[in-house]
Amino acid sequence: MLEVTGIKRGIVIDHISSGKGLKIFQKLNLDKMNTPVVLLINVSSNRLGRKDIIKIQEHIDVDLTMLGLIDQNITVNIIEDEKIVEKVKINIPKKVIGLFTCKNPRCITTIDECAKPEFTLIPNGKIQYQCSYCEELTEYKL
Amino acid sequence: MPLINRNFVDPSDFTLDELKHVVNLGLKMYDNPMKYADTCKGKILGTLFYEPSTRTRLSFESAMLRLGGTILGFSDANTTSAKKGESIADTVRVLDDYADILVMRHPREGAPKLASQYSSVPLVNAGDGGHQHPTQTLTDLTTIQYYKGAVKNLKVAFCGDLLFGRTVHSLLKTLSRFPNIEFTLISPPELRIPNHLKIDIASNFNVKILETESLEGCISTLDVLYMTRIQKERFFNEEEYLKLRDVYILDQNKLTHAKDDLLIMHPLPRVNEISYDVDNDPRSKYFDQAKLGVYARMALISLLLGVCE
Repeated sequence: MLEVTGIKRGIVIDHISSGKGLKIFQKLNLDKMNTPVVLLINVSSNRLGRKDIIKIQEHIDVDLTMLGLIDQNITVNIIEDEKIVEKVKINIPKKVIGLFTCKNPRCITTIDECAKPEFTLIPNGKIQYQCSYCEELTEYKL
Repeated sequence: MPLINRNFVDPSDFTLDELKHVVNLGLKMYDNPMKYADTCKGKILGTLFYEPSTRTRLSFESAMLRLGGTILGFSDANTTSAKKGESIADTVRVLDDYADILVMRHPREGAPKLASQYSSVPLVNAGDGGHQHPTQTLTDLTTIQYYKGAVKNLKVAFCGDLLFGRTVHSLLKTLSRFPNIEFTLISPPELRIPNHLKIDIASNFNVKILETESLEGCISTLDVLYMTRIQKERFFNEEEYLKLRDVYILDQNKLTHAKDDLLIMHPLPRVNEISYDVDNDPRSKYFDQAKLGVYARMALISLLLGVCE
């Protein structure tokens, strides 16, 4: 059985839906860090059946908005002295700026860098965001 | 009701009372234009037309000239610094020193909103791609007010290109804010209103919407029929355009089943979606609508410049 020990101080990104761990690892640029980072794939989970986990042995600013877009199951645990001192639950962000582009080819934001769209979540059950410039809906896909 | 220094990029930039105020002032100007002939003396309207336009541009120019003001601007982006790659932000930051109010048409959706973020003078959207055309909405509201007496308790149908028709998007969303308006949306499945608009109206307004492909099937129930052109310039694919362009043609035969007081509107230009034989029908008001548009724009310019209240 594969065993990975706990970390003394840092961040654990837990309950990542199985298969999304590597993408999150890449999106957070964890391969460029100078500190130990572990990516666990297909770990047994009571809640999810299988899950991925990322352990980072350092406190970094994790982009919670981006994590919320990718996977709303995620929990971010802050670790001090090998204990969880804070649990952050991830939610689907209501507003998003700069993480994806508008899908409408006629939108001004696709050609003018001064136009930085703010996307607002539409309450229609899908993860669809309305562009603040053209009002078209864009569905975020990892 | 002061609207001085405001932008008008989207009809929702104005409250319902503010929209009614513009409409009412426009109708006062229509009744007595000479009273307002010097209202904008010494003021300059800048027209930034990055896309061809005849009616809207000339309507704005006529409006400013009738108010005693002057105009400057361009009607072809190829003759401006935009051709050299100048950004909208830079163009606007220069032109807002040359004019007291700016009017912009642009093929890109959201371009006037971007421009308004950099302009120090009021900026008006004169049409952005398939998105919005708020001054056409003012024109349309003025026309409905004039011929129907009030913008309420009406069955309104939009017919034709409801997907790319920016005049439809602006008016549909705005009419949803008025009391007791029911909509019939007549289009082929490929040209139904955009999803975002449907969601927006369904979640924010309590209005009845019927979608159908048949103009004949509903014409007898309507108070207002808003015809639109299938816009060749909005299609990426010529074949698709050719398939859809002749799908709705309003003629005298279809009108035999319509109410005697039906109001037939069209933002113009028309291609073939309204037969010429309909022009003499007293229910056809699209040329009067274009005329009222000048007065609606006169009212808007005056209010944004703060020369009328």
